[in-house]
Amino acid sequence: MTAAQPNREMYGKTLVELGERNPRVVVLDADVAKSTNTYRFRDRYPERFFDLGAAELNMVCIAAGLAATGWIPFASTFVIFASLRAVEAVRTSVAYPKLNVKIVATNAGVEICGDGVTHQGVEDLAVMRAIANLVVLAPSDPVTTRLATLAIAEYEGPVYMRLGRQPAPVLHDESVEFRIGRMIRLREGGDVTLIACGNMVEHALLAAEELAREGIEARVLDCHTIKPIDREEIIRAALETGAIVTAEDHSIHGGLGAAVAEVVTETYPVPVRRVGLRDVFASSGRDPKTLLARYDMDYRAIAREARQVLALRARQR
Amino acid sequence: MTSEFDPARLAAIARDLRVLILRMIANAGSGHPGGSLSAVDIITYLYFRHLRIDPERPHWEDRDRFVLSKGHCAPALYAALARRGYFPEAWLWTLRDVGSPLQGHPDMRKTPGVDMTTGSLGQGFACAVGIALGARLQGKTYRVYAMLSDAELQEGVTWEAALAAAHHRLDNLIAVIDNNRCQTDGFTADIVAVEPIDEKWSAFGWDVQRIDGHDFVQIHAAFQRALQPRGRPHVIIADTVKGKGVRSMENRPEWHAQPFTPEQAEVFIGELFEGGSS
Repeated sequence: MTAAQPNREMYGKTLVELGERNPRVVVLDADVAKSTNTYRFRDRYPERFFDLGAAELNMVCIAAGLAATGWIPFASTFVIFASLRAVEAVRTSVAYPKLNVKIVATNAGVEICGDGVTHQGVEDLAVMRAIANLVVLAPSDPVTTRLATLAIAEYEGPVYMRLGRQPAPVLHDESVEFRIGRMIRLREGGDVTLIACGNMVEHALLAAEELAREGIEARVLDCHTIKPIDREEIIRAALETGAIVTAEDHSIHGGLGAAVAEVVTETYPVPVRRVGLRDVFASSGRDPKTLLARYDMDYRAIAREARQVLALRARQR
Repeated sequence: MTSEFDPARLAAIARDLRVLILRMIANAGSGHPGGSLSAVDIITYLYFRHLRIDPERPHWEDRDRFVLSKGHCAPALYAALARRGYFPEAWLWTLRDVGSPLQGHPDMRKTPGVDMTTGSLGQGFACAVGIALGARLQGKTYRVYAMLSDAELQEGVTWEAALAAAHHRLDNLIAVIDNNRCQTDGFTADIVAVEPIDEKWSAFGWDVQRIDGHDFVQIHAAFQRALQPRGRPHVIIADTVKGKGVRSMENRPEWHAQPFTPEQAEVFIGELFEGGSS
């Protein structure tokens, strides 16, 4: 049985598993190996591990070079540095030539707490989603983090994956079927659909329980792949529930909510409301729950938005 | 190539490539003539005398790699690749056209013989460091060559990559700096000075040589020396002339990326054959 643990921890453990399975896997870090958990791979396969120091752009370029010689590099740093400092290398040196590089960034969102704005990666989904050829993932729990890590090693092409820092509960069965680009339905419901990624999937489930007590049955979808987005499942949600709420530990602009809204407005328009960081820089915090609540991004916000989206739908009908 | 070292033959090839470069850029309507002309003697030496490559097998696993980190000088590389038979010379007249296999900057997926996609300054060099690391990890003995511009030394990632290469003692890596002393906005020394270049690389732990980048005898000696493993990456600082060979372009920063007509190109080609300095 998989235990609750930070997704970054499961990532590090899965890298060790991959190192055993696939001799072409190499791992790179930029001086945060202890935090990203790549140290687990380093300790086991030191000859296939490279710490490039505090030089994230260089790390991604070196990963591109390694991929050009047939290696499968996993390059890890924090979300903020992977998505903003190193992004031109991700775009031009990795995604454009379709090199087989996996950029796995940890410490996503405001939930990282103590370090504050300089280390809160809340723009990465918007930035990475705009880059052609790139697959973008944000798994929610240790079970799917392991499966996602294995899946992207098998997938031939550039990938960006974001992971959280805080402990994550187990939300999925060990036997869950994980496919890149295919959402996982965690809860059935016909009144409203809650689509979430990463740490917000837990909050979506909590919100669904709260709504159930009020007689509202919410469908909960774990959208672990932001790109390519699962259009079919979104259209089904629009058709069958007629109301959608999205939730992400990310800016309200350009991330999961935007991706969902784009599909809905272009196919079967129904009301969509988004939970995310509303165009502000967040504060440091000492506890992720308090911080998410402070910025109106927790399960209470999701439940409230669900009620609002139902009111909107009622008005439209 | 293992042919005899024949500087006169190389000079003749380089002159032919200069003709192609000028006609190619004029035909495309845009491009970077100055830096292509400063780099072409070294590119000629590499592709017609030095690199272990096989145009019949552009993806041969054990080939030497060449990364044009100063990717804007793609016309010089394309001319050499065409002449070596990687693709038909007719492709040169599609440069920068929509759907062309010859993009404005080198594209490893579209152009046979291009080993790395480049064009954002500094990134190609850092990728070359990754290739050298990957080669060593595989126990391969091929060499990785990267050509940089002097202005590229203003990019931070260049120095990140230089540090990493020295740290990992990548003596299978040979960087060449096409030090033509000009960049888009003017003379490098007036924009943000990069000299003393040799002292900087030396301080970063590299094996440093400095040569005249248009003298094939010096070019030959430097690359032969760089083949000797010294436990450190090698850098050859090649002092060059922007626009080399076309007297009215030489040492004039404005020819970094200025377009010219096919008629003008023929005038420039005439200057080449007036025996200029080439």
